[in-house]
Amino acid sequence: MSKSTILNATHRALGAKMVDFGGWDMPLNYGSQIEEHHAVRRDAGMFDVSHMTVVDLRGTGVRPFLRRLVANSVDKLKVSGKALYTCMLNAEGGVIDDLIVYYLDEEFFRIVVNAATRDKDMAWIAAQAVPFGVSLGERRDLAMIAVQGPQARARVLALLSPAARAAAGALGKFAACEGDGLFIARTGYTGEDGFEIMVPGTTAVAFWNRLREGGVAPAGLGARDTLRLEAGMNLYGQDMDETVTPYEAGLAWTVALDADRDFTGRAVLEAQRDAGVPRQLVGLVLDDKGVLRHGQKVLTAQGEGEILSGTYSPTLGKAIAFARVPAGDPGAVRVDIRGRELPVRVVKYPFVRDGRACPGI
Amino acid sequence: MSEIPGDLKFMKSHEWARVEDDGLIRVGISDHAQGLLGDLVYVELPTVGDSVQAGNACAVVESVKAASDVYAPVSGEVVEVNAALGDKPETINEDAYGEGWIFAVRPSNKDELEDLLDPDAYAELLDSEEH
Repeated sequence: MSKSTILNATHRALGAKMVDFGGWDMPLNYGSQIEEHHAVRRDAGMFDVSHMTVVDLRGTGVRPFLRRLVANSVDKLKVSGKALYTCMLNAEGGVIDDLIVYYLDEEFFRIVVNAATRDKDMAWIAAQAVPFGVSLGERRDLAMIAVQGPQARARVLALLSPAARAAAGALGKFAACEGDGLFIARTGYTGEDGFEIMVPGTTAVAFWNRLREGGVAPAGLGARDTLRLEAGMNLYGQDMDETVTPYEAGLAWTVALDADRDFTGRAVLEAQRDAGVPRQLVGLVLDDKGVLRHGQKVLTAQGEGEILSGTYSPTLGKAIAFARVPAGDPGAVRVDIRGRELPVRVVKYPFVRDGRACPGI
Repeated sequence: MSEIPGDLKFMKSHEWARVEDDGLIRVGISDHAQGLLGDLVYVELPTVGDSVQAGNACAVVESVKAASDVYAPVSGEVVEVNAALGDKPETINEDAYGEGWIFAVRPSNKDELEDLLDPDAYAELLDSEEH
């Protein structure tokens, strides 16, 4: 029996095609995932992301705890509301999950981890937290709605009280505030501007409906996946997992080897950095007709690799992918699609940002 | 769900076949199938002149979500392909039983049509899949 968010009946009433995602009954689309994708790129769309796991971490040891738990440095978080994207690693340097950490005060941080990894994440975090005396409070009482697109912030701000509007309107990127009983973060997973908003379950349906009346288009997990891949953002379980380090998953930018911080997995990352990372994540574009998909074989000058995330990009009108391939210059790269080897271009991603193809794509 | 045209025959794998006045058999995928696949983004057509065997894969339809083989409902020679799908694969989403046809075959054995489902039997199959 899959779990459902507080918005489940709302999705069904909108005619959503529902699908199991990490044990949750979630909307795949409300008719056309491509139209939903374009709505986010061109105007404003919203996603129910209440299946994600919000956990409040409290205690005097919470900052030292997070300095150990995650590979990015929470020492970067000095202003209340500031957010940080990071991975938490096992002792072998493998990625247990990726997450966002919000700093609220010295005894209170909030994290958001994935839905499908909830059980293992909670077990791992709870075990690691013991010596630091940090308590975990999972916030199943909160729903979460991501409003994304060039008009997303304006559409949300129009629904807020003057005080909340002033606070949310002043947020820089990757920062959050509270207002009108909402936790409003200027974050997202689409490559567009917008907010991710935590809203009490009791008022989530009403808030969703007000957004819809305000011109925000409901969008499902299908569009969320094409948007995030265009934006060059990793998906846990597909682009990285416990068998790869952040260096092998294109996430070196999220690793901080700062002095005096002994985070879990650090020794392995340092050894890998010194010895050379054996595999790399690259972005691919297929200019021919066809669709790059997870599991397809990738042939490079350095040996074989495989497609991790691959899809048709509605913004570009052609297929794009992440692939993990052997380190070194990949040379002329081909992908095996049903026995035919098609040439692909290795590109620097993101593929799309703020509604437009990036240079070189 | 749109109505299933009465002049079609179906495979269990959701292809349709329409016998035309000139004896050719036009082939596509059902409205139900396009709904399952979602937005189509690419169609790999057979080549005119290809010889196809009933039950063998001879085209591929790809949606954002998945790639799916299209099986030949009857054996014969491919005499027409819907080249317009190259630029507008979404035509299958919009008009699966009409403009969204995929290819046409000159059948080598019309008896194979007897192995296909009539519209009522296909509707029953869809009902049973939903439950």
